[in-house]
Amino acid sequence: MIPEKKTESPLASYRALDLTDENGFLCGKIFADLGMDVIKIEKPGGDAARRLGPFYHDIPDPEKSLYWLAYNTSKRSITLNIESPDGQEIFKRLVKTAHFVFECFPPGYMDSLGLDYQVLAEINPGIIMTSITPFGQMGPYSNYKGADIVALAMGGLMQLCGYPDRAPLRWGLEQSWPQAGAQAAMGTIIAHYHRLVSGEGQHVDVSVRDCMIWSAYPSPQNWSMVKKIVGRTGFTAPRGHLNLRLNHRCKDGYVAWMPWRGEVTKKLVEYMGEEGVGGSLRETDWDQVNMEEVNQEQIDRWQDDIERFCLNHTKAELHNEVMKRGLMLWPMNDVKDLREMSQLLARHFWVDVEHPELNDTVIYPGPPVKTGEGYWQIRRRAPLIGEHNEEVYKGELGFSESQLVVLRQAGVI
Amino acid sequence: MGKSALEGVKVVDLGVTVTAPLACKILGMYGATVVKVEGPPHTLRFDPLRMYPPFLDGIAGVNRSGSFAEYNGSTLGITIDLRQPRGMELMCKLVTWCDVLVENFSAGTLKRMGLDYDELVKLNPDIILAMTATAGETGPAAAQPGTGLQLQSASGLTHLLGWPDRPPVGSPNAYTDYIGPWYLVIAIIAALEHRMRTGKGQWIDMSQLEAAVTFLSPAVLDYTTNGRVLHAQGNSCPYAAPHGAYRCQGDDRWCVIAVFTDEEWRAFCQVIGNQELAHDPRFETILGRKENEEELNRLVESWTMGHTPEEVMAVVQEAGVPAGVVLNGRDLYEDPQLKLRNHFQNVFHPEMGTTYGSTSGLLLSKTPCRLGPPPCLGEHTEYVCREILELSDKEFVELLNEGIFGAL
Repeated sequence: MIPEKKTESPLASYRALDLTDENGFLCGKIFADLGMDVIKIEKPGGDAARRLGPFYHDIPDPEKSLYWLAYNTSKRSITLNIESPDGQEIFKRLVKTAHFVFECFPPGYMDSLGLDYQVLAEINPGIIMTSITPFGQMGPYSNYKGADIVALAMGGLMQLCGYPDRAPLRWGLEQSWPQAGAQAAMGTIIAHYHRLVSGEGQHVDVSVRDCMIWSAYPSPQNWSMVKKIVGRTGFTAPRGHLNLRLNHRCKDGYVAWMPWRGEVTKKLVEYMGEEGVGGSLRETDWDQVNMEEVNQEQIDRWQDDIERFCLNHTKAELHNEVMKRGLMLWPMNDVKDLREMSQLLARHFWVDVEHPELNDTVIYPGPPVKTGEGYWQIRRRAPLIGEHNEEVYKGELGFSESQLVVLRQAGVI
Repeated sequence: MGKSALEGVKVVDLGVTVTAPLACKILGMYGATVVKVEGPPHTLRFDPLRMYPPFLDGIAGVNRSGSFAEYNGSTLGITIDLRQPRGMELMCKLVTWCDVLVENFSAGTLKRMGLDYDELVKLNPDIILAMTATAGETGPAAAQPGTGLQLQSASGLTHLLGWPDRPPVGSPNAYTDYIGPWYLVIAIIAALEHRMRTGKGQWIDMSQLEAAVTFLSPAVLDYTTNGRVLHAQGNSCPYAAPHGAYRCQGDDRWCVIAVFTDEEWRAFCQVIGNQELAHDPRFETILGRKENEEELNRLVESWTMGHTPEEVMAVVQEAGVPAGVVLNGRDLYEDPQLKLRNHFQNVFHPEMGTTYGSTSGLLLSKTPCRLGPPPCLGEHTEYVCREILELSDKEFVELLNEGIFGAL
């Protein structure tokens, strides 16, 4: 395999105008990390989402929102009030030379400003506009208010999550936002490929709720195939007629492992045998056992035996050992464990990002993909509010210093 | 009918279960030609998801799994016995034909098969090899197998879904399988453009674990800058109350409600006709509502219990406050908004008849996605050999007689 090197990004010659909020930040981040010039357009004073916590050193400052910093890396930022006539004029000038527009406004809002796809396509026929909204641009729910918990509920995922005796659950960290952002980027680059071949731009309409439906598996499939409603099963997951534990207690937390016939269990039982434990597990031929004939009582006894073994070890101990053995057992990590996980360290997943204004270097999760050509990289920290106003307005659009002062006082930039 | 965005892109899918096949299904829905290679029935080296429930009408069979169907639409299926030299020869023809080869074996498997990047470029110098092992192609855990169920735990996600007084549960499915494919498709298309510009192919190494960790980025930064470790917290949200799932009329029926601002709170109280609540000093401010959240949740639920979740959603949304029914499988199929967006598309399958599959949350105005049926095992073997690889009748019959496609 050739070593990873850095070559110019295939997307380096493109520009995106990014008007998104928290629902869509990741879309622009993906392209910016891939090397595209992504200009985050914030309202004067900064994006509303800069109030989202947590904050750097717990200081609730718009430049210190960790949510905002995490998902806006490698972008540039300008401030612009697109509700003002001057702002609209400037935006249209930027659209002329741009290749992408990303936005998250309620359906009809861009239309009301005279900046909808039809208008932008007249200015720049090749433009690809990606709109990310809670339920999409049209239809009975298109004006409904969205929230992460609403997308998870109506995406079908919450129905599956949690204990049967309590309410359905969402994650303690928003998932519909990165889901919508990443899937929007996928739709955008598919549309872009079409433009490469045909020259034609288009409008990509992303519904945040719909993006969650992949993760509702196996709910729609069970309804479609056997007319069965799948509910919540707590700490276990159904597999055939059995309820299997997804995770087992160990000395300092949990490890993920599921009992099943074949190698997956055989190798663990061998490992247990070397430590002189295993009980009834060791008397079973794991290549031959017919899981159809195993009852819940039996599987629970086996799972109890496995848990007793795991309780003698920490999750790191167990994982270090099973990595060598090729066993399907993984630690249940929290963020601290992740930071220390040998696999992520060995692959240099964590990236140091300089924050000169904070006089600090902050460790970020690196790019999700390594490519042979090496162009998927975090290039710099997320921008400060309007950090690139001068560069863009003076350097590129040719405004004078005195014009910028007027625009600033008028609340346009 | 619109045009297809990815028409002409040629993909070979050696993947199994979800991450690689789902990425390939997406490429296929947008017009790429995807050929999925599986072992013939007697080798048992076909996609194990074919034997995973739910099966149509509850009857098991390699062509009856709703799980396999969900992740393999818009794909052609060929069976090749790769253990036989002539099977491997045929595989090499597919390598030469394709633009992109996608796989999700444990690291090292391709090399053992003689199909690692260095070998592939000998056959097809500008090939794009998209690899997505559980934790990537390198590192101490590279060869360790795992599914999205274990990865959800390893990625830190499981730890974040649960109640503070009980063990965290995560979602009962392979949630990370619904993260990696998006990044993989993006990487593949960027690589295609890179190839157009430079004439060079490349390898892509996507660790499913790393892809999932990017969905926790704010929590990671909270740890690396503040030393704070985020834990599961039920349905509570640090800056909203009420915020949760509330029991409604019916059997296991729930509606979520999320109130972020004082204005939304007043609108909520008005629309549920409870002015007393609106003026209760304990709940007038966000600080008050957070402080008295438990009592607040109890009061909200005492109202929702008297209504169906659909009524609750309609009334609360009418007031401009976020709310949504916790939808089950049947509800999703009956959802009017999803119907309008043609989310579940029907396809004709030779053994299952008319079935439905998910498409995506994306509507591309000029190149809409079109879901095609998932392949029966080996369904397109002859088509792929004759029409795509242009084998002669003689060659095809020889391979057939030698059992390369399966036992005669």
